[in-house]
Amino acid sequence: MAGIYIHIPFCKQACHYCDFHFSTSLKKKEEMIAALKTEILLRKSEFANETVATIYFGGGTPSILSVSELDEIIQTVYENYAVVDNPEITVEANPDDLSFQTEKENIFEAYKAIGVNRLSIGVQSFFEEDLKLMNRAHNADEAMACIKEATQHFDNITIDLIYGIPNMSNERWLQNVQTALDFGIPHISSYALTVEPKTALDTFIKKGIVPEVEDEVAQAHFELLVAKLAENGFVHYELSNFGKEGFFSENNTAYWLGKKYIGIGPSAHSYDGVHRSWNVANNTKYIKAIQQNELPSEIETLSVTDRYNEAVMTGLRTIWGVSLTRVEQDFGTNYKKYLLQQAEKHIQNELLLLSAEEEDVILKTTAKGKFLADGLASDLFLLN
Amino acid sequence: MKHIRNFCIIAHIDHGKSTLADRLLDFTGSVTEREKQDQLLDSMDLERERGITIKSHAIQMEYIYKGETYVLNLIDTPGHVDFSYEVSRSIAACEGALLIVDAAQSIQAQTISNLYLALENDLEIIPVLNKVDLPSANPEEVTDDIVDLLGCDASDVIPASAKTGLGIEEILNAIIERIPAPKGTVDEPLQALIFDSVYNPFRGVETYFRVLNGEIKKNQKIKFMATGKTYNADEIGTLKLVQHPKQKISAGDVGYLITGIKDAREVKVGDTITDAADPTKNMISGFENVKPMVFAGIYPVDTEDYEELRASMEKLQLNDASLVFTPESSAALGFGFRCGFLGMLHLEIIQERLEREFDMTVITTVPNVSYHAFTKKNPDDIIIVNNPSDMPDPTIMDRVEEPFIKASIITKADFVGPVMSLCIEKRGQITNQTYLTPERVELNFDMPLAEIVFDFYDRLKTVSKGYASFDYSPIGMRASKLVRVDVLINAQSVDALSALIHADNAYNIGKKMCEKLRELIPRQQFDIPIQAAIGAKIISRETIKALRKDVTAKCYGGDISRKRKLLEKQKKGKKRMRQVGNVEIPQQAFMAVLKLND
Ligand SMILES: Nc1nc2c(ncn2[C@@H]2O[C@H](COP(=O)(O)OP(=O)(O)OP(=O)(O)O)[C@@H](O)[C@H]2O)c(=O)[nH]1
Ligand code: SF4
Ligand SMILES: [Mg+2]
Repeated sequence: MAGIYIHIPFCKQACHYCDFHFSTSLKKKEEMIAALKTEILLRKSEFANETVATIYFGGGTPSILSVSELDEIIQTVYENYAVVDNPEITVEANPDDLSFQTEKENIFEAYKAIGVNRLSIGVQSFFEEDLKLMNRAHNADEAMACIKEATQHFDNITIDLIYGIPNMSNERWLQNVQTALDFGIPHISSYALTVEPKTALDTFIKKGIVPEVEDEVAQAHFELLVAKLAENGFVHYELSNFGKEGFFSENNTAYWLGKKYIGIGPSAHSYDGVHRSWNVANNTKYIKAIQQNELPSEIETLSVTDRYNEAVMTGLRTIWGVSLTRVEQDFGTNYKKYLLQQAEKHIQNELLLLSAEEEDVILKTTAKGKFLADGLASDLFLLN
Repeated sequence: MKHIRNFCIIAHIDHGKSTLADRLLDFTGSVTEREKQDQLLDSMDLERERGITIKSHAIQMEYIYKGETYVLNLIDTPGHVDFSYEVSRSIAACEGALLIVDAAQSIQAQTISNLYLALENDLEIIPVLNKVDLPSANPEEVTDDIVDLLGCDASDVIPASAKTGLGIEEILNAIIERIPAPKGTVDEPLQALIFDSVYNPFRGVETYFRVLNGEIKKNQKIKFMATGKTYNADEIGTLKLVQHPKQKISAGDVGYLITGIKDAREVKVGDTITDAADPTKNMISGFENVKPMVFAGIYPVDTEDYEELRASMEKLQLNDASLVFTPESSAALGFGFRCGFLGMLHLEIIQERLEREFDMTVITTVPNVSYHAFTKKNPDDIIIVNNPSDMPDPTIMDRVEEPFIKASIITKADFVGPVMSLCIEKRGQITNQTYLTPERVELNFDMPLAEIVFDFYDRLKTVSKGYASFDYSPIGMRASKLVRVDVLINAQSVDALSALIHADNAYNIGKKMCEKLRELIPRQQFDIPIQAAIGAKIISRETIKALRKDVTAKCYGGDISRKRKLLEKQKKGKKRMRQVGNVEIPQQAFMAVLKLND
């Protein structure tokens, strides 16, 4: 089973915190769609022996494309790849794109009609103040209205919520979570606001226009979120992802479990089990290369140690943890020994734990260790 | 012999000695076009990167003057005070010295100290006014300064530029005309001075010597008089850019000797080489042993590397006989070595050479000077304290003495105030103040050496806006009032951070050390208290707050490579840390504690 990720590199406006690849000019939209379809075609041999189980439109803002444009791309996948019955097809959408309705056509029904069965809605917050600070394209009313309507048509909805926003009180944060619960949303992806270098947010904070983002606040919000969602029957299956049973993101889970995926579009990443590759993060260069039937990508071959490090890094983020049996099988006994030896100190400090599960032993983060998962992972790394 | 000239180039740091040597080598055709490069004689990587000379370097040139060929033996010397012993050795092999003075900076502290070294040895001084090409050069004034200092005539000062090549011919001519040819006779028994030695991993120790009387021949049976050992002179020759083997080297000349000695300690610089069968009656008085000024512990970051560290230090010592070390152990760091250095620059260089030449990442503990302690029970027996933990308990102590230096600082008149208050804060006592010119002042202080180790250079630079030069020489031990300030990290005393500090400053420095460590130790998964204590009394406390978030809890697509690389980098950083108790302390924190005012 494998996944296809399709990157739609356009946004209406730039959110202040964002360092993803996108353009706010739609001039090259047509050419881009053509190029995406060509790349899908060009790379079909890579999945000659694979069946596609998930198709994921990410961005940027996929909902900038019309329904028929999305449909064309989906059709191209079907024409060139073996696809399972009922694949998970996700579209990331922003509330402002989902609010337009005509009497005749409802956007949600239109998505359903082309096979989209999962919506990922970039709400981020239900509060005007937060949305303004982050320069989101939608307002609070649109966020509410859109979710209300979406739940009438889709069961499988996930929304994004950002915490740790400057000036966001614990109460306000909890209200955001509560609103999502009140709508009956079965999956939430929740991220800490992260100040990436050279973003507008970074500049504003340096100039003192926006207050600092504080780790203590983020940590408090994270703990509130974890507790609240647990009370409401969500499984915290990945650091930033919470879902009710049956609603985990198949596509994203594949990344963390080391499954294969092809990433289509500028800046998209691919993994075939041994190699990682990534396309150029530039729309013009991407289109130009694809037009000449060339893949504008860089490729890296993972060494055994690289793969071990990745397994540790991604494993610690999930409830599935790092399976010692798999480490031994995939990398050898020495790796397993090394892992345990490095983990010892953190197990003593109750940041990591070993749990016995069906003849296997799994290394996981404890509740206390979760928010330190990267630092813990790097301690367990082996250097080439 | 009347066609030989032996001279060295001396100056304050950076006044252009090595660059001037380049020009002399060019002008005399001693290097080919292909061999040319800036500061050619600075052959160590570290010298080239830092742009400073660490070791003296001897080289021979030939020069035709008025139709006659002369042999010129040049020795380029370092300017930094830590390496002034290199200068004194070089001087002993010469009859003359080029005293280089930067035309923009004029006379500085090491100009004076190196000049005095040369005068003590009766060297003929040729003053060279260098860098006259600089827009900021002040040739008239600086010439006056030189005339005042040397009591020479303005016409004796040669204006030059090692950059443009101006004045090089005049310098060469002056070397021949003004510097006396060596004295000595070929018919006497061999008497040669060892003025340097270099370790070559393939050929063993190369000994550099100056023949005073007699001659040394290939395969001669020779004797080193101080050590009493005899050897066969397997190879002798002169030092060009590459070595030129010769059959013999006669009185007045300089050369190298290879005897198959593998242990650099067998060759004592300052020793006399003579003939084993027919020894000279006049042993040269030799040099005082170089004494380390500063001591610090050196420990491997990874305890498992102890043996490898020892091997590396031994090899380094072959190259640098001024490095001394003895094994020691620390409760916090395990096994390591207590090392003696010539000064803080020397310490830094050793640490860097271990890292780059031997791939050894080490922790250097807080440096200290060497104290003399006396107990009540045996008030006349000196206990030498090179490590804070060797200091006897205050209850049994009679008294302590610490080394003092005579400091000489040359600065602009504008900065006399700030420089003086810095030196007084550093427990200095002013002994002299001389206006060299209306704008330039020489200040002399008696000061504890320990105060130089703690953060003196940087502060002097700051208070004088860079316009101060500093030189010092030891003047003996004086009574002192010392306490040991201990540092506790997470309630555990870390001996490698202990420092002996004058009682009056202990509180203040303890506080600053805690603040500095709070900055330098990265946040960890728990709160870390940092305390400074004198005995059982806590004098200062800071807390490093626990790390709350160490994870990218942000949305990311499949970009796992970038994240992995990020964490790999983090891991590399951690490998340079040392775990003490529960706490990871970065390698550089141990030393940086000294830079309290950054
Ligand atoms: N403009 C100008 N620069 C010079 C001249 N002579 C040397 N320099 C520069 O001054 C700096 C120091 O030169 P060095 O020859 O390394 O000085 P040094 O006296 O050997 O220094 P140490 O050995 O460290 O004491 C270098 O950047 C040289 O390029 C000169 O005549 N004119
Ligand atoms: S919509 Fe998404 S991709 Fe576009 S700028 Fe905002 S956060 Fe970035
Ligand atoms: Mg030099």
